[in-house]
Amino acid sequence: MRSERILTCITATTAALVLLGMSALAQAQSSSGAPAKPAPKAAPAKAAPVKAEATRSSNATVREIEKYREALADGNPADLWEARGEDLWKQKRGPKMASLEQCDLGLGPGKVKGAYAQLPRYFEDTDKVEDLESRLVTCMVMLQGFTYDQAKRAPFGSPDNKPAMEALVAYVTANSRGVKMNVGMKHPKEKEAYEIGKRLFFHRGGPHDFSCATCHAQDDIRIRLQDLPNLTKKEPAQRAYTAWPAYRVSQGELRSFQWRLFDCFRQQRFPELEFTSQGSVALTMFLAHNANGGTYNAPSIKR
Amino acid sequence: MSKTRVLIAGLMVSALCANAQTPAPKPDRALEVMKSSFKDRGQAKLDRLNQDKAMEVCTKYATTPVPKALAKQIEAENMKAIPFPADGKYLGDWRAGERIAQSGVGMQFTDNPANPSGGNCYACHKLSPQELSYGTIGTSLYQFGKIRGYSPEIAKYAFGKIYNAQAYTACSNMPRFGHNKILTEAQIKDLVALLMDPESPVNK
Repeated sequence: MRSERILTCITATTAALVLLGMSALAQAQSSSGAPAKPAPKAAPAKAAPVKAEATRSSNATVREIEKYREALADGNPADLWEARGEDLWKQKRGPKMASLEQCDLGLGPGKVKGAYAQLPRYFEDTDKVEDLESRLVTCMVMLQGFTYDQAKRAPFGSPDNKPAMEALVAYVTANSRGVKMNVGMKHPKEKEAYEIGKRLFFHRGGPHDFSCATCHAQDDIRIRLQDLPNLTKKEPAQRAYTAWPAYRVSQGELRSFQWRLFDCFRQQRFPELEFTSQGSVALTMFLAHNANGGTYNAPSIKR
Repeated sequence: MSKTRVLIAGLMVSALCANAQTPAPKPDRALEVMKSSFKDRGQAKLDRLNQDKAMEVCTKYATTPVPKALAKQIEAENMKAIPFPADGKYLGDWRAGERIAQSGVGMQFTDNPANPSGGNCYACHKLSPQELSYGTIGTSLYQFGKIRGYSPEIAKYAFGKIYNAQAYTACSNMPRFGHNKILTEAQIKDLVALLMDPESPVNK
């Protein structure tokens, strides 16, 4: 009952904020005319004022978007995923009817607090470097008796699929809020993962010749109006990495870091990045390590 | 056992040990991991991870400058591969060009390959001043023709650059829209018109 009321309340608040944001955007744009329409003819002498006007409107648009983002941060529906994730963590599930409370996320069985800020890391029991999602798969298999296929099935949420994975991710990550990122590279396999991840980050391919670096290795650039963090540099890498996972208002879903990588590669025109694949964990290792020292602050909320 | 054989055996052992201690993987190991981490989906098959010579070089020198001779070679090879229009005409319809510049559709595994792709120029470039939502990964193309002049040489350059950016700047971030069959020759001509037609909003 209570959670239903919270859901209705948050949904309504979010809808209101989206409307607010959209009207702010519409206002900012309409002040300079519809974007896609061909230009009215302007005399050459007026070129300079037109340009100044465009810059002014563009800044106004950016300001309105910032206001919209601030307004959003107030009531984050990610709370609902966190609450559901906590329930799922404690619930006896799977063929072995066991909870995940004995799952070792790297700091010892059942220790959730601060665990995400040290992931990915090498785990002896699997002899692998694992990120949060792959570690959760391992625990679901080892403790609860699910098969790997069951644990990895349809891991990304949609209107008719609310996977346990994203809720668990929300719960575990929220328990690192305020903790400094501290991903180690002592084990040779951690070092190897970092190097493979780095190589993957710079690999150019596909019909568009894109790599991650095409958008994420320069300072102060935008795609359309969206700022692009330079993930090879400490400060922007920290800011970007510590803000994932995120509740995406435009999608109405909480999105995990595995999803972030999956969807980046889709836009890169690459084939599908397999959930918890070795490459995906390696790339996460590269990005997480670059964010070391940053204060973790997610699940966040994004447009 | 002769001394030489002992020496060779010793060298082999030390070579093996050195190999085992090196933490940085060989590039092929990273490639192997990468290829095992993706799967075919829709039109996006695994062969999209393969690189031609230019992309192999650009990946290798992603964080350091490409050696000049190598850059010249990439540019020359890509230039040779541009089929400039046989009729010598470069300008299509700028209105169609504006639509192509706006559209980011195409080539993703979620896209229908039967539909034509867009160029998504606004993702990276400023073009028509009415569009405020433009990216800054590439340079501003506002007043492209007005600044450079409406000459056939500049039109040819614009066509070639859109067709195959690697022919002009090795390891440019810009996709090779014609070379990699993202856009058709007719679509590229429409984009050239958007940049080069005096009536285009880009030149107002």
